Amino acid sequence: MTAAPPPYTPAELMAAVAARELRDGEVVFVGIGLPNLACNLARATHAPNLVLIYESGAVGAVPERLPVSIGDPSLVTGSLMVCGMADVFQCLLQNGRIQVGFLGGAQIDRYGNINTTVVGPYRHPEVRLPGSGGAAEIAIHARRTVVISRLSRRAFPETVDFITSPGHRSHGHTRGELGMPGAGPVKVVTDKAVLEADPESGELVLAALYPGVPADEVRAGIGWPLRQRPALADVAPPTGQELHLLRNVLDPDRLYLKG
Amino acid sequence: MRAAVAAHVHDGDTVVIEGFTHLICFAAGHEIIRQRRRDLTLCRLTPDLIYDQMIAAGCAKKLVFSWAGNPGAGSLHAFRRAVEGKGGGPLELEEYSHFGMVGRLSAGAARLPFWPMRNYMGTDLPAANPRIAQIDCPYTGERLATVPALNPDVTIVHAQRADAQGNTQIWGLLGVQKEAAFASRRVIVVVEELVDERVIRADPNRTLIPGIAVDAVVVEPWGAHPSYAQGYYDRDNEFYVKWENISRDPAALARYLEEFVYGVADRAGYVARCGGLEGLRAQSRVCAGVNYGY
Repeated sequence: MTAAPPPYTPAELMAAVAARELRDGEVVFVGIGLPNLACNLARATHAPNLVLIYESGAVGAVPERLPVSIGDPSLVTGSLMVCGMADVFQCLLQNGRIQVGFLGGAQIDRYGNINTTVVGPYRHPEVRLPGSGGAAEIAIHARRTVVISRLSRRAFPETVDFITSPGHRSHGHTRGELGMPGAGPVKVVTDKAVLEADPESGELVLAALYPGVPADEVRAGIGWPLRQRPALADVAPPTGQELHLLRNVLDPDRLYLKG
Repeated sequence: MRAAVAAHVHDGDTVVIEGFTHLICFAAGHEIIRQRRRDLTLCRLTPDLIYDQMIAAGCAKKLVFSWAGNPGAGSLHAFRRAVEGKGGGPLELEEYSHFGMVGRLSAGAARLPFWPMRNYMGTDLPAANPRIAQIDCPYTGERLATVPALNPDVTIVHAQRADAQGNTQIWGLLGVQKEAAFASRRVIVVVEELVDERVIRADPNRTLIPGIAVDAVVVEPWGAHPSYAQGYYDRDNEFYVKWENISRDPAALARYLEEFVYGVADRAGYVARCGGLEGLRAQSRVCAGVNYGY
């Protein structure tokens, strides 16, 4: 008789699912928050040779405390290399050496386009968001991207107000037509399900439901008629080891694992 | 600091106070506020709190940037109010991505008119910013994006140390400090420590900006607080979090400027008024030297 899996929060499952997407030895652009936890969880489990690169210039960072920004001084101490930002964007990213980039944002649409610029019109926004940062070029150049975002109709509209980071189809054009080197968002890890891009249409479709979550609950958080794969994949709950690492080692103060 | 800002920062200037999270010269920003500079075009990849403060103080006509948030803490509310038309504007924006800003300064440093990159296809950034253009590569025919060079009037670099000639050594996150300095008409270097030329000569690979590119050297310990200086002091993360509530309320922000910028004569006065900064003093993680002999 197997024991029931330990209870977990949506954030913990999101971190675990994102971590499982990473393969050992890959070169990953890391952000802050859940992507950071996912990368460090992967390093501590199945991907010990993952190379973490921060767009601030820290390569192979092994921070001794949870960084609160991508420019945290703990990313420098003990890292493999610290280079200027010109080298990060030209010699690493545009050079094609970043295999995975993590993205998130205020709005993600049907084709995986992400908006971190404005809600409302650009010149007179209702809400002025921070802007691209490195997200535009990461969306274009990373060999593939993984998006992490909680579901809501506001966060998943049919069409974003502004395309900061292009997904699979932007203003009717595919990535291939536009000459983008990277494959784009291959997985959208939400708090209830995993979405993946349909290879034909480029639209995000339901690929896997989290344990105990009905498909209707997912549809309620998506602003377009969500299609689904004929056979949905299973998502295993976080293992005891994954939870121990997340709760006791990586984010004991629950800075990013809230909820 | 007062003399350097008076001599090199003028109304209407295009100003860069760089440093990507690290080595952001708040001391210079505060002095620019105290001297009531106006109509500045402020350029940084991330405006950070320093430009939020300068925008609130009425110094800025325009912002050139790529990411205007306060990571993990919230928003830069003076910036947001100005752009959302809720007060403190108008603020003109010229918006890029990080790579775009890096490209602008790289072109500026190389005295080229633009920098090409494989970028922006499928994004709405060129529609928002017509200064992002395109060319067809004369060799391959590939369509590439271009960003125009940025040659600031004055760049202020905060560094760990320099000698009196301005040979400037920086370690930790380098950001685009080097490119900004070389691209700029005038450069003020602000350091935690002034060192003898022999210290510089003992480790020439660590010199990021040579004295020939520098117009003034200012010694200002704690000059980057609440940002940090690797090897000297940590980032004041608590203050960055506090900024969310200070900047959200225009009255609180005005009180902050009164107390910590206008109400002190200089950075030493600011440090005394803050109190307790010694708690941020860096641990020791000194590296062994390398052999430059031959």
